[in-house]
Amino acid sequence: MFEWIMESFYSLPVVMQILFKITLIVAPLMLAVAYTTYAERKVIGYIQVRIGPNRVGPRGWLQPIADAVKLLTKEVIVPTNANRFLFLSAPVLAIAPALAAWAVIPFDDGMVLADINAGLLYLLALTSLGVYGIIIAGWASNSKYALLGALRSAAQIVSYEIAMGFALVGVIMAAGSLNVGEIVLAQQGSIYHWFLLPLFPLFLVYFISGVAETNRAPFDVAEGESEIVAGFHVEYSGMAFAVFFLAEYANMILISALAAILFFGGWLSPFQGLLPESVFAWPVLGWFLDSGVHWFLLKTAFFLFLFLWFRATFPRYRYDQIMRLGWKVLIPVTIVWLFVLGVLVFFKVGPWFA
Amino acid sequence: MTAIRNFFKTFLLWELLLGLRLTGRYLFARKVTVQYPEEKTPMSPRFRGLHALRRYPNGEERCIACKLCEAVCPALAITIDSEQRADGSRRTTRYDIDLFKCIFCGFCEEACPVDSIVETHIFEYHFENRGEQIMNKDKLLAIGDRFEKEIAAARSADAVYR
Repeated sequence: MFEWIMESFYSLPVVMQILFKITLIVAPLMLAVAYTTYAERKVIGYIQVRIGPNRVGPRGWLQPIADAVKLLTKEVIVPTNANRFLFLSAPVLAIAPALAAWAVIPFDDGMVLADINAGLLYLLALTSLGVYGIIIAGWASNSKYALLGALRSAAQIVSYEIAMGFALVGVIMAAGSLNVGEIVLAQQGSIYHWFLLPLFPLFLVYFISGVAETNRAPFDVAEGESEIVAGFHVEYSGMAFAVFFLAEYANMILISALAAILFFGGWLSPFQGLLPESVFAWPVLGWFLDSGVHWFLLKTAFFLFLFLWFRATFPRYRYDQIMRLGWKVLIPVTIVWLFVLGVLVFFKVGPWFA
Repeated sequence: MTAIRNFFKTFLLWELLLGLRLTGRYLFARKVTVQYPEEKTPMSPRFRGLHALRRYPNGEERCIACKLCEAVCPALAITIDSEQRADGSRRTTRYDIDLFKCIFCGFCEEACPVDSIVETHIFEYHFENRGEQIMNKDKLLAIGDRFEKEIAAARSADAVYR
């Protein structure tokens, strides 16, 4: 049965195969985005000693569906004197890179849509492309608040892109490859072989700038509802707004997935190398303890939770403080650690660079 | 020395971790949410909700059209017209409360010498058409008749403190 399915799958035209794989990635991703919004409301509610949404469906599980239906049925209003074409293409420009970046994310060994050798460069390029959607949305809206939000967001993303790029350079130095799958395989061995230990400062810099890149609290000055209403998407309503929302959450999941892949060994099991090999042969528990896609998803979910936790904990940074943190703290830290890393790699220190 | 310590506290994200620990603890705290339509918070007998006009047990309306409530109302929400009834007693012909003007201060209730105008515990009501917010004499008496038991209970519970 299984072989028959695989055979008929491979007999399809290549384009069809690729489209099928894309659907297989994007559909669960969209579902994950929807339920991230639910998780966000629940987690923040719990931290604020509230219950959160619990009315739509059992325990509120249908809440994201209800939200989606509501947004779908609402009107998309294009403001007077707005540039109609740019106004409507901005949400597409925001979500396209957020989804396209998933092409090079390996879910398991070999389970990747495009196994390209410049994978990390591709990711870096696409994550910075997302800012175009925001800038165009801010400009095309013909609104002061939207323009201010877009300006803030542009400056912020450009600044943090550098720190993030440097942090990724550290990963490249450690792994000796730009291929995302090979980066994970370079962390094979045990939990101590993960890049978290040798690259710990770079991990912190990466995650902080990741939070800033996605315009999430405490770096959400681009939306800053108390100052500039909603920033770049004030004028958006209905599905156009929902697409921005999807893009933001897809980016959040992407940053979390990347953190898991680059520093926490992607699909590798933390028990690898600690438990004897025979354990992994156990019926069900062995499968769980062994490396696999579930570890990748668990790690991603953990970082997503951190995003929500941060949002519930930290007040918004002042704009000049964001710039100070980005340029005067994060970038020097990465440069210093890249130097240290160079020394470590040169002398082949520890289990990582041997 | 303090400056150096503060620098390291900030640089090593120590203070942020303390904040995360605090919110992390609240994540598991007992939730205080009241599930409103099913659960309700206790209500004082002095609660000031929708107004009502009361009657004596023999069915006679209490209001004697003294217009003290109209005079004391700070929002000028009450309008009263009166006339002499056939049996010679003074009664209202019109008793209107504009609920859009009313601020639910309870002065009318306190001013009333015969405990006629009262504020009940009803707070879940709404208007669907313009003009429905004017509570006229009929509507107020109807509310009074319907909730007389609860109104009387609330009055007697609070009587000791008056």
